[in-house]
Amino acid sequence: MMVDVLYFAWVRERIGLPREQIETQAATVNDLVAELRAREPRYEAAFADLTALRVALDQELATFDSPLADVREVAFFPPMTGG
Amino acid sequence: MKVSVQPEPFDLGAELAGFGAGRSDVGAVVSFTGVVRDDSGAMEALELEHYPGMTQRAIAQIVDQAVTRWDLADVIVIHRHGRLGIGEQIMMVATAARHRAAAFEAAEFLMDYLKSRAPFWKKEHGRDGTSWVVAKDEDEDALKRW
Repeated sequence: MMVDVLYFAWVRERIGLPREQIETQAATVNDLVAELRAREPRYEAAFADLTALRVALDQELATFDSPLADVREVAFFPPMTGG
Repeated sequence: MKVSVQPEPFDLGAELAGFGAGRSDVGAVVSFTGVVRDDSGAMEALELEHYPGMTQRAIAQIVDQAVTRWDLADVIVIHRHGRLGIGEQIMMVATAARHRAAAFEAAEFLMDYLKSRAPFWKKEHGRDGTSWVVAKDEDEDALKRW
């Protein structure tokens, strides 16, 4: 399946792009992260510490063990600092 | 209810002037305004990045929770993004209710959730370079009281 993967804040800076389309068979967010980490050192660096990251699936906050079935948009970002 | 995510400044006075107006059941209006401050003395600007598709919806969900929990006549949330100078307004929350306890509590609830659950990220631009603002544990802990 194709998913849009979005990166924000320092995750975007570390990976070097704001979004990309990825063809994946990953069953969960964790599986997708493992695929990304295996790609290149910049992905490995961005995903080195998952406790420093949050994930949203189709623009709703989710967890890394969430399934990816029917998900179109995955976003990775650091803990939010609004307000 | 009004939720706005915008780069432009807002007019706090104008927002509050019409807020809760024309209603006979509003006895309390509370507002909070967040302002860019410079703790280090070397900051030049604060940049706010956000997640355009998600931000409006995330804030609306937080407002829905507040409205479910407290008897609110009206709510305003305005949150800016982009590059803001020291002293500029970042965001505002206003709540209108019959009594002040609900208005204060709901405003605090909204602030606590906006801080940790609305997809914004702050980056400080200073004379010595840039750095991302790190979320504080106490901000996450603040959600537990609700």
